[in-house]
Amino acid sequence: MSTAVDISLEVNGERVTARVEARRHLIDFLRLDLGLMGSHTGCEHGVCGACTVRVDGKIVRGCLVLAASLDGAKVETIEGVSETGEIRDLQDAFIARNACQCGYCTPAMLLTAAELLQMNSRPTRQEIREFIAGNYCRCTGYHAIVDAIETVAAKRNGKAAP
Amino acid sequence: MKAPPFAYLRATSLEEAFKLWTGAGPEAKLLAGGQSLLATLAFRLSEPGTLIDISRVPELAGIGMAGDMVRVGALTTHTELGASDLIRQHVPLLAEAVPLIAHPAIRNRGTIGGSLAFADPAAELPACCVALEAQIVACGPKGERRIAAAQFFTGLYATALKDKELIAAVEIAVTRPGERSTILELARRSGDYAMAGIAARAKVAAGRLVDPNLVFFGVGDRPVSALRAMEALAGKSVTAGTMAAVNAALDTDLSPPADQHGSPEMKRHLARVLLARALDRLTSEEEKRAA
Repeated sequence: MSTAVDISLEVNGERVTARVEARRHLIDFLRLDLGLMGSHTGCEHGVCGACTVRVDGKIVRGCLVLAASLDGAKVETIEGVSETGEIRDLQDAFIARNACQCGYCTPAMLLTAAELLQMNSRPTRQEIREFIAGNYCRCTGYHAIVDAIETVAAKRNGKAAP
Repeated sequence: MKAPPFAYLRATSLEEAFKLWTGAGPEAKLLAGGQSLLATLAFRLSEPGTLIDISRVPELAGIGMAGDMVRVGALTTHTELGASDLIRQHVPLLAEAVPLIAHPAIRNRGTIGGSLAFADPAAELPACCVALEAQIVACGPKGERRIAAAQFFTGLYATALKDKELIAAVEIAVTRPGERSTILELARRSGDYAMAGIAARAKVAAGRLVDPNLVFFGVGDRPVSALRAMEALAGKSVTAGTMAAVNAALDTDLSPPADQHGSPEMKRHLARVLLARALDRLTSEEEKRAA
């Protein structure tokens, strides 16, 4: 039986049609087939969170989604949300608070933080920590990351940064 | 690591799913949310030959009422479960369990049917279903049958599902007046599988626990009903004397295996701590309402 699957999906607003190997996960598809290198592969078994991207508007572990299963889906990566400017304030805050360090976890952290702020516009520091608990920062720069997210939440609510 | 090669087939109806499954050979597996399956494939713990994607089968989706039962379709994601008004109102234990399951990105994709079929002994939803006396609706090519959750989990990652049977839905009776439930777990990091956990349910009247149902997870090869502890607790209020008897009974209910988290004795200790906290929640909630 053939292991190749034809898919047609939207990636960062552009229509993409491709023939993929059934076992190809979404991050390999994005990086190796489409050349979108902003999404990172880490553990490749759903633990580290470095591969977080959006599918149909919600964050997922890209390594735990088969590209073959995404026919008709809408995928957004850090490249897409950077281009639209949707998370410009989060990106600026990550830079200002030195929340990037090596940068490996950063694209996934940003997409996770964006979903948190969509769902909860006034998260406490504890709620921020809980929501990003599935995204590992091996530089252990969590404090600065929480600071950055907290700053953006405050600014979006029209308050001075804490 | 990369998964081994396999073929991929997508079913768009239940009938098509069974047709593809029957034709795909004995090693074929169903793919729903994939949050456990794709990780095990990455480790090459199984080589299914063919994956049959059932994530778009409409018969397996949705949450609704079926008489006085809430029917939760197998494809309901953890996120959908936590956001459902029907679940919050009629089966609050499930809504309470959702934030304990893995992480947001996994909850957006993982399904209740997948969690039950995978039957990880440390998972939250299997224990909740046992505590809620849920019916697992199993579906084969010839139709549905219902399996009581307590009989569904038969061992480590093992269920009562037969060959070419899948989970179509879970049916749970709506919470009755006076009934309380809660779920607690201890994990080293938020979102990890629990070292130990408890799903507890009881009717609370004048501080006494009527028909308590105590189900532990992460302490055995499947969700463990603490039958002797339940008997020792039934009809009693939570006093030091009651708890001594209940904890002694609990020790005979559990025989936890050692695992990467710790020794059997440590698990027994965690189970006692969780039980005390769960009973405190069930009863103090009543006091708050009375106040």
